[in-house]
Amino acid sequence: MTAPPTATRIPWRTATVASVAPETARTRTVVFDVPGWPGHRPGQHVDVRLTADDGYQTERSYSIASAPNDARLALTVERLDDGEVSPYLTEELRAGDQIELRGPIGGYFVWDIETGGPLFLVGGGSGIVPLMAMVRHRHESLATAAGDAHSLRTRLLYSSRAWDEIIYRDELAHLAAEDHTLEVVHTLTRSAPEGWSGFRRRIDKEMLAETAWPARENPRVFVCGPTPLVESVAGTLVELGHQPALVKTERFGPTGSVTPQSTTTKESK
Amino acid sequence: MTPISRGFRGRRQPEGTAARLPPGQYETRDFPVLSAGPTPHTPLPAWDLTLRGADGKSTRWTWDEFAALPREKITVDIHCVTKWSKFATGWEGVSIDTLISEAAAKEVKTSAYVLARSDGGYTTNVPLADLTNGKAWIAFGYGGSPLPPEHGGPARLLVPHLYFWKSAKWVRELRFMDTDSPGFWESLGYHNYGDPWREQRYSGDE
Repeated sequence: MTAPPTATRIPWRTATVASVAPETARTRTVVFDVPGWPGHRPGQHVDVRLTADDGYQTERSYSIASAPNDARLALTVERLDDGEVSPYLTEELRAGDQIELRGPIGGYFVWDIETGGPLFLVGGGSGIVPLMAMVRHRHESLATAAGDAHSLRTRLLYSSRAWDEIIYRDELAHLAAEDHTLEVVHTLTRSAPEGWSGFRRRIDKEMLAETAWPARENPRVFVCGPTPLVESVAGTLVELGHQPALVKTERFGPTGSVTPQSTTTKESK
Repeated sequence: MTPISRGFRGRRQPEGTAARLPPGQYETRDFPVLSAGPTPHTPLPAWDLTLRGADGKSTRWTWDEFAALPREKITVDIHCVTKWSKFATGWEGVSIDTLISEAAAKEVKTSAYVLARSDGGYTTNVPLADLTNGKAWIAFGYGGSPLPPEHGGPARLLVPHLYFWKSAKWVRELRFMDTDSPGFWESLGYHNYGDPWREQRYSGDE
């Protein structure tokens, strides 16, 4: 938990775009080659710095989507219409371009298999990104028999506005299909396809009581999404008996200036 | 060498804004909420605030006693380590100077370092010199209304010249200490002091 008080400065590193891929109409994954990247823990984020040709610079924070063992670093970014950085990352950036990254940042909203389970993840919109790093890390670790699947049993409750706005939809379905200790539950808050039999409302107490591991199992809980969702979910889980110290949150918005703005970072974080 | 981000133009700030922004920050008009866990909701009758000396002597105020102390209106720029800054935020609160002089009358002595403790277990460390001489408050009002829980109500520390994680939400105790001791984020990779103008975001900065 404790970082050495005399750490060396985290340097800015030049990152080269290896590939870009759309996730939904508003989100895109950008995969970077980052020479010298020191590795990260699932849930951490990076600072991104862009430099215009006249020297103007601006910085934002983005959650890391890739698992620590992946060869490259992936960020999934949601386009915010009034954003300064996200339209550039989601529309302009292409393979071969260079930006700067600094990280990894954040030591609290992190989970790896050593943390243990059971694991309950609650995401809203692009709040799925740091949770996906955890799911991918868990999957890779279990595939190499590095952990006990039952003790790391995981449920993900994921709230999206519509079927087409579910980020990582196919990958999540694929992972859950081949792993009976991973359950993915979607709720759609605005519209649902014909024949949809899943949840169709905002996450509420009844939904959490139905999907969360019982509080007596002391699940590790990670909640990431827009502020109202996180406030409501975290508060309700405490009402359901979960220990506040086991409920870790990351909120973003209402500026939405960051796709999961970390958190863990802070306004008294 | 800093690479140029091809095709990035960015949004230039007006000159007055740029001068008011610490390095790496951008201005937001909203007030983002960032907390590490669930928001505690302490009812006012159960709330108190304690100042505790290094020798263990302490004094406390109930909510009513605290609310009766001399209050100040404060307008300040605030800077979050996650990059946003918000200009001219309006607060109401009790100066730490006021609390310390009240505590001195109860023989509670100050020390060089302070650890703020909050409901929910959050802690942050600040040198005493950064809390005195009109530099910090326990704030209970924001924008003319009671401070909402998600922003740290009923009361939070307000230390606007440092990154905002130092302005501990839901604060309940200021403990004076002879030696410095890192708080929550300071133990998790964030800078021990956190001066936005020197961009002291993370351990190892400067």
